Amino acid sequence: MTRYAGIDSGSWNTKAVIIDATARVLGTSVVRSGADLAGAAERAYAAALANAACDADSIEAVWSTGFGRQSVAFADGSRTELDCHGRGAAHYIAGPLVVIDIGGQDAKVIRLDASGQRLSHRMNRKCAAGTGSFLDEIALRLGIDIAGLDALAVQSVEELELSSFCTVFAGTELLTLIRAGKRPTDLAKAAYRSLVKRVVAMDVFQGRVVATGGVVAHHPTMVRLLSSELHTEIVVPPHPQEMGAFGAALAARDGAVSVGPDGGERGCSLVPATDRGARHAS
Amino acid sequence: MNPIQRATAGDAAGHHAQSEIRSAALLRQVMAEYYREFGEPGDGRAAPVAWCTSVGPAELLRALGFRVFFPENHGAMLGAARTANRYMPLAHGQGYSPDICSYLTSDIGACLAGETPLSSFGLSATPRPDVLVFNTNQCRDVREWFEWYGRRWNVPVIGVRSPRSLETVTDDDVDAIAKQILLLIPTLEAVAGTRLDGARLAEAVRLSRECSDLWEACLYTASRRPAPFTFFDATIHMGPAVVLRGAEAACRYYRVLLAELEERVGQRIGAVPSEAFRLYWEGMPIWGRLRSLSTLFTGFRTSVVASTYCNSWIFADLDPADPIRSMARSSLELFIVRSEGAKEAYIARMVRLYDVDGIVFHDCRTCPNNTNTRYGMPRRLGERLGIPTLVLEGDVNDLRCFSDEQSRTNVEGFIEQLADARLSGVSR
Repeated sequence: MTRYAGIDSGSWNTKAVIIDATARVLGTSVVRSGADLAGAAERAYAAALANAACDADSIEAVWSTGFGRQSVAFADGSRTELDCHGRGAAHYIAGPLVVIDIGGQDAKVIRLDASGQRLSHRMNRKCAAGTGSFLDEIALRLGIDIAGLDALAVQSVEELELSSFCTVFAGTELLTLIRAGKRPTDLAKAAYRSLVKRVVAMDVFQGRVVATGGVVAHHPTMVRLLSSELHTEIVVPPHPQEMGAFGAALAARDGAVSVGPDGGERGCSLVPATDRGARHAS
Repeated sequence: MNPIQRATAGDAAGHHAQSEIRSAALLRQVMAEYYREFGEPGDGRAAPVAWCTSVGPAELLRALGFRVFFPENHGAMLGAARTANRYMPLAHGQGYSPDICSYLTSDIGACLAGETPLSSFGLSATPRPDVLVFNTNQCRDVREWFEWYGRRWNVPVIGVRSPRSLETVTDDDVDAIAKQILLLIPTLEAVAGTRLDGARLAEAVRLSRECSDLWEACLYTASRRPAPFTFFDATIHMGPAVVLRGAEAACRYYRVLLAELEERVGQRIGAVPSEAFRLYWEGMPIWGRLRSLSTLFTGFRTSVVASTYCNSWIFADLDPADPIRSMARSSLELFIVRSEGAKEAYIARMVRLYDVDGIVFHDCRTCPNNTNTRYGMPRRLGERLGIPTLVLEGDVNDLRCFSDEQSRTNVEGFIEQLADARLSGVSR
């Protein structure tokens, strides 16, 4: 069986995906990136191979993406996460699409045409607001583990607003609300609402909206709020956190053009857009 | 040969490897001579010193015998030397906000620190002004900047207050500015200790116009494929057009540079080896990242062939037969003075002229007047021209506003988009 691998070297987590020639996902993994991006990539790759019950010799090509894509020494090529999240989303959902990827350090909005061709992209300003880091800061202020934020938010009964643009100021604002006796459940939801407001201000959202990334994978309340704010259904494809790695594996399979200085030039065929296996949230 | 190689084979054929522009040696000499002429501040100077904003009435000052110093050039030097972030906090401490022009805050901070990159030209400080002359055609900040020095040295601060956001430049607009330029003359004559000579003014305007024409011709060579030099090169080679317009030395330099660029065009020597993509740069340079950005784009076989910024020292309306009014008109025809509609029409012309694949907009944090991303222009122009646009966030001098990693991903993603579009046969 011919297999391909994608490694998404993110700022917080490194994800790996193994696919077969039909783009069926055979194995995935998520490990902490830490300070050793190269080591994390190797660990993630090994874990995904184990999860797929195959070895590296059976992999035809490995492509990397993400913040640390140049640190993946064993990759045969690389594409930006802008490409890979779009490519991965377009595999599952027919365009035109607007893909929202919310990661630990940044948020991106990627617009694709009906064929999956990228039309434009936008990244968040040089600021933590609108990213996973914002939620981590809020969880820290609430004295809870980030994994418990969503469970807290679903119990919210009062609609509160965090109006600050700045993550640090939002943290201070949160403390003010705590002093005013507001419930942690409502504050948790207010944090999601704040994040959503930053994301929806990044672009115009026309067509089907798809959400990917670690924040999307672990914070369904945020996805529901996003849907409510945009007045549209938000489609969450399978493996949202590993979507960048999946897109990189597709790039490996399809021999995309690696435009980076270190990349060779391979033939390119864009992924046919189909609509299978997607999860829908509204 | 894969599709992208096929798509670019015609361009790549016969290209020579990137080679340094030989005229750079003469450029360094010309600029060094310009700075050295100021001598030590206050020590036996042969002529009074006037500080002038970059597109202020330099010709008038030259005609009156002033040595003309451009503090924005000094600000850019601080940015390029990556020392600006060391100095800016000193100005911030004086109450000058981190959100205002970082040229201003770096320059004032450097003054307060008693340091200058001009030390490499034998100057221990920026030349002390006898008068400061501004034109607010570019922004309010230049005036506030000059007022700080006016108070510090107790010298006159005079200038021209220009209208902004002009759709068209009318005769009435020109008359109003011409009147203000005329009103500067008595003060300038008093400081200079001489009367304005009409013939000298006409000659300064003639030289400025010649410099402008030569600079425009140099820039226009980049309309050829491959482009013989890039925006990043041009930001350096524009030095004489900025500080020596109205002087023969600038014209001399651009004759040499133009000959070399035309030679490179003839020999198909591109600034970027195997040029595959061509872009337009809109907005200020990011001085502290010029080299790294140039290297980044070159690695992607992408030539940034033209820019609004470098074009801003083209003054096609200067006319020695009508010096004052033509100076006034030139100062108003500038891109930065114009309305969104006029700016969009200008960029559309440049996109056609230089046949570019996309536009990079620099959202310059501390320079809102030279930033054209904040009222929807990138989206409008992209849709109107059918080419992709990219917005890079950064700053002219304050590198805290710039993320290397995010910018790299932004640029690489943009080039991927261009490459994929070319491969799939999507044309504009």
